[in-house]
Amino acid sequence: MLKDITLGQFFPGTSLVHRLDPRTKLLCVVLYIAALFTAAGWVSYAVVFALLAVAVGISRIGVKALLRGMKPVVVILVFTGALNLFYTQTGTELVHLGFLHITTGGLERAFFMVTRILMLISGTFLLTYTTSPIALTDGLEHLLGPLKLLKVPVHDLAMMMSIALRFIPTLIEETDKIMSAQKARGADFEGGSLLDKARAMVPLMVPLFVSAFRRADELATAMECRCYHGGEGRTRLKQLRFQAADWAVLALFVALLALIVVLKLRFRV
Amino acid sequence: MEPILETKKLCCTYSVGTPFEHRALIDVDFRAYPGEYLGIIGHTGSGKSTLIQHLNALLKPSSGQVLLHGEDIWANAKATRMARFKVGLVFQYPEYQLFEETVYKDIAFGPKNMRLDAREIDRRVHEAAYFAGLTDDQLQKSPFELSGGQKRRVAIAGVIAMGPEVLILDEPTAGLDPVGRESILRNIRQFHDAKNATIIIVSHSMEDMARVADRIVVMNDARIPLQGTPREVFSHAEELRAMGLSVPQITQIFHRLRALGLGVDESVYTLKEAKEALLALKRRD
Ligand SMILES: Nc1ncnc2c1ncn2[C@@H]1O[C@H](COP(=O)(O)OP(=O)(O)O)[C@@H](O)[C@H]1O
Ligand SMILES: [Mg+2]
Repeated sequence: MLKDITLGQFFPGTSLVHRLDPRTKLLCVVLYIAALFTAAGWVSYAVVFALLAVAVGISRIGVKALLRGMKPVVVILVFTGALNLFYTQTGTELVHLGFLHITTGGLERAFFMVTRILMLISGTFLLTYTTSPIALTDGLEHLLGPLKLLKVPVHDLAMMMSIALRFIPTLIEETDKIMSAQKARGADFEGGSLLDKARAMVPLMVPLFVSAFRRADELATAMECRCYHGGEGRTRLKQLRFQAADWAVLALFVALLALIVVLKLRFRV
Repeated sequence: MEPILETKKLCCTYSVGTPFEHRALIDVDFRAYPGEYLGIIGHTGSGKSTLIQHLNALLKPSSGQVLLHGEDIWANAKATRMARFKVGLVFQYPEYQLFEETVYKDIAFGPKNMRLDAREIDRRVHEAAYFAGLTDDQLQKSPFELSGGQKRRVAIAGVIAMGPEVLILDEPTAGLDPVGRESILRNIRQFHDAKNATIIIVSHSMEDMARVADRIVVMNDARIPLQGTPREVFSHAEELRAMGLSVPQITQIFHRLRALGLGVDESVYTLKEAKEALLALKRRD
């Protein structure tokens, strides 16, 4: 059951999207989200969607894998769609069912809101699907670098984040394993009242915490053995360097945002 | 003889529909007979752990069947639950699953889940502790105070206490020193002899398997290419090498002696046999 979680999962590959500098991808996602929230009409949405479609196509991630990640947000999507559909009362009335009125305006709004959420999630998933967690935190650390002037411990935060990301799959695997081991001793994690369920968690949580602390301890020792002492004077194995493709892609996304803003202000589409 | 545990065309595919899709078992026909001491051997990733987790219904087959006493363990919920109790599974590095305040309580976790009464639980805990080689004064300690090897014994006792007809152990000696290995294998042998239980041990140590197993099943790339008595299996030295496995060192020596032109039996795999074979050779000269 746990293995179905794909949030933040990385699918290795060699496509152009995979090879871009993580900083480029992070900035592009920010620009993309800004464009998405500025988009005001059919034309704008179509433009943003076209760019997303091209990016997904180049990445070779596959629409199926992308959609599988949407499962957890189906409820939110349905909820948002329904609310916008029934509470927007503009345009001409289409259906009248008791106290429910569906109007052309409501239909349009519901469609835009649902599309926006779907595209928002697809865009960010594309980022995490094509960028390894390590590259992602590296990029983030660089982009947040200026905050160091305000005494924000950027390096330490980035290190914590990469360790956390690194250990999520390990902990999931470990949880699966301990769960199986306790099931083999007749433990039941599904049935029973809420209290029974809470009680059933003890044989799972105690070993999980014990092993998490053990791992943390071992990792800390291993880091100290290799003379880790924070970010001061630390060099990198993999230097991030912008390539021509990075500049081109960034320019493209800036252009996208500019285009959407113009479309909105001048033409309202 | 009827097998006690059997799989028919068992297949298992992990992560279906993702780029990580992986076939861990392909049409596996596996049999274990009542009272036998069976070794499963194969290199890392060959599917041993996946196979044994199917045997007590922890994993559901992608296709194929698992039969316990000839009945499908997935036929109904009751059969599945019975399989969990009748087939005891000790995972690899089981010491990481301990959670109770005392060793006693941890061993009692399984029997409690079986809803046995307090007297029976007490009897079983003591019996299991004996078979796993734990002393009475260790029962009241916290499992977290014990050494790694002792923790592993507690975990093994926890499964033995459920009174399984088939006891499966996944690499029970991994990471132990030679003395600890020897001692755990001896304890398992004692349990086998006393209860006439079926034992299935997963290992990648040919030496250990040669000494203890009645029959050996070799796994390679999600299939079972070889099985039989140790003698039969070790006679396929070339195939085993191709699978990244080796025959026991003693057998290797006899293969070399034979290659050097000495008329010895090359299927020798225990120290005792080796001694006799060499003495026979000397008498002949
Ligand atoms: N939960 C899982 N999800 C995906 N793949 C798995 C999982 N468990 C095992 N595998 C894969 O299945 C194959 C067989 O694994 P396993 O049965 O653990 O082998 P063994 O115990 O012989 O080392 C390996 O390639 C492993 O990577
Ligand atoms: Mg294994």
